[in-house]
Amino acid sequence: MPEPPIAVAMSGGVDSSVVAGLLKRDGHEIVGMTMQLWNQRRLPELETEYAGGRCCSLDDVYDARAVAGMLEIPYYVVNFEDRFERAVVRPFVDSYLKGETPIPCTLCNNFIKFDQFLEMADAAGAEKIATGHYARIGYDASTGRWQMARSADATKDQTYFLWGLTQAQLSRALFPLGSMTKPEVRQLAVDLRIPVANKPDSQEICFVPNGDYAGFIDAYFREQGIARELEGGEIVTTNGDVLGHHAGTHRFTVGQRRGLGIAARDPLYVIETNPSTRRVVVGGDRDLRRDKFDVRDCNWVSISEPIAPVRAEVRIRNKHQPSAATVSACEGGGASVTFDDPQRAITPGQAAVFYSGDLVLGGGWIA
Amino acid sequence: MEPKSVVSVMTGRAILKIVRRAYFDHNATTPLHSEVLHAVTTAMAECFGNASSIHRDGQRAKQMLEEARRQVAAKVGVKAEELVFTSGGTESNNLAIFGTRPRHIITSVIEHPAVLNVCQELERRGTEVSWVRVSSSGVIDPDDVRRAMRPETDLISVMAVNNEIGTVQPVSELLDFGVTVHSDCVQALGKVELPAAHLLSFSAHKIHGPKGIGALAVRKGTTLHKATFGGHHERDRRPGTENVPGAVGFGAAAERCGSGASTIAALRDRLEAGILDRVPHTAVQGRDAPRVANTANIRFDGVEGEAMVIALDLRGFSVSSGAACSSGAVEPSHVLTAIGLSKEQARSCLRFSMGEANTVDEVDALISAVAACAERLRKLSPTYA
Repeated sequence: MPEPPIAVAMSGGVDSSVVAGLLKRDGHEIVGMTMQLWNQRRLPELETEYAGGRCCSLDDVYDARAVAGMLEIPYYVVNFEDRFERAVVRPFVDSYLKGETPIPCTLCNNFIKFDQFLEMADAAGAEKIATGHYARIGYDASTGRWQMARSADATKDQTYFLWGLTQAQLSRALFPLGSMTKPEVRQLAVDLRIPVANKPDSQEICFVPNGDYAGFIDAYFREQGIARELEGGEIVTTNGDVLGHHAGTHRFTVGQRRGLGIAARDPLYVIETNPSTRRVVVGGDRDLRRDKFDVRDCNWVSISEPIAPVRAEVRIRNKHQPSAATVSACEGGGASVTFDDPQRAITPGQAAVFYSGDLVLGGGWIA
Repeated sequence: MEPKSVVSVMTGRAILKIVRRAYFDHNATTPLHSEVLHAVTTAMAECFGNASSIHRDGQRAKQMLEEARRQVAAKVGVKAEELVFTSGGTESNNLAIFGTRPRHIITSVIEHPAVLNVCQELERRGTEVSWVRVSSSGVIDPDDVRRAMRPETDLISVMAVNNEIGTVQPVSELLDFGVTVHSDCVQALGKVELPAAHLLSFSAHKIHGPKGIGALAVRKGTTLHKATFGGHHERDRRPGTENVPGAVGFGAAAERCGSGASTIAALRDRLEAGILDRVPHTAVQGRDAPRVANTANIRFDGVEGEAMVIALDLRGFSVSSGAACSSGAVEPSHVLTAIGLSKEQARSCLRFSMGEANTVDEVDALISAVAACAERLRKLSPTYA
């Protein structure tokens, strides 16, 4: 029996192109697929000058197709637009309107890239899927668990977005770039003669190419024909003193300093947004720091759900330096986290990911 | 299909494990027939002249062009002077509809994008468009067209044969309403008797001819303005240096098209019966309507059509599902939702379209592959119990 093919998720960028090139070079049979997730033309008012790096732009599909053609592999564009809107875009919008600061990339990994894409891989007869993510996967025979660790290139590590993967999903995933640095990947792209070797990395949330989330939400509601009342409200201090007014809580995120439109002696930060009272609470740097918080919907990755509290380094946003904390799993799938030292801007809707060294123990959503 | 080793034409490298292929997507396009290929290459090699030039080189090209025009005109049942060569079906439809400069159009909801999007563009520009619905078997009702008629109605555009489900539309009955009738006949040529419409669109590559050449038949007495502007070619109806090799190929393809219809019908019936027999929870779309012989559109409940297309492709079978959008991904078909399928059901349909070169062995191999793929995908499907 020949080895079953590997399905490679190809975005048209350097990373996934190198994955395809590497696996092909190593003699694997591969099938390339590009996921069509979002139609940028739906919200034309969000068009940006710089077209690269946006999700599912036609240029990216052409690039992916060109790489597949060069590698002489079967290649397909698969349409996941319906599922993407249902599983990623709407929850993103809902979360924002609840006063949270959501991370759609994690939802996309959980429900699209490592879910619906697996179904398409099945169709192609592929058992494993490979992506250009920067993370490492291993199997621990002693515990019978699949484990995940940070990538060798600390600056590119994407485990903050991958903590939601189940054991079943991890058992079928390959991250060939996890042990490489980005310069190594770019060099490989040149060595493998991959035509997109010099393409810039994508930034921002893919379906909000200009980074204006509030603008995206407004445009999306207009497109859906949902009329929204002007949801302005008060900007208040932690004592309840009214300092000014704002045009909608969804325009603010915890820790935000700019754009408040208030003159103050000491820097003011958003401490909390409350859509039900339409209040944005502001305060000083000290008010922004907390040591305790809860997470919901935890997923335990490299270890099973711990019975006793565990010591871990906890990361509360992508660029946050993980800090020492104690994590206690609670009934109902959540956990409570206590940092040794208070941390700035613990933001609802973001993820908290628990590490032990490079190992990803698990993670959950900040409540 | 049996595996064999193949060498890439592009790189000269051996591509291993390429499987022999069977083609069941003739409504998308057809392979060039060897006689057509010969006619086209001969025309390209031996006749380079501009058919509008005065000199002998031009005259020779003009002769070949007019011979091709006679061949195609004879096949579609019009006089040679009533036939305008275009770049294909899409341009023919654009020329017919824009060229009529209509104030009010009646068209159907199951038209090909080359009519549908033209009408939508006219709608944006202020023309009134009435969209006639279809029955659940995919056929328009002439009475619906009658009801949509207005004093200012000056164009009815309805396809002769639907490209996705193969249903034949009662276009000739629409002539009773006394306005210009255009019919997209791209899928009808060589398969059914053509309607007696005033304007008929054709494409060569659907009948084993080359791509990039088509025609619009404009019956005498039909007013047609130009839609593109330039020289006085094609009796001042379609400017641009004539595509002589293309036209010659179209002529050669027209000469021999329409053969093998009864064999094709038998293959199609064998395929439908085989699939319905071996795969549970399947249905043929448009089965109760008059249909062309070569098209089978089958719904596989609980199966993603897109996944089936990929799975079958990797086993060596070319079939299709829905319509390709700009990226090449598949969108749920507007035709299938128009006949009453839900978006999910529309996504679970596959179109098999036969051609004269298909064999019983290929059909039997396809039935087995479809049964195997559907069973495997349903086992994996979270929604299918």
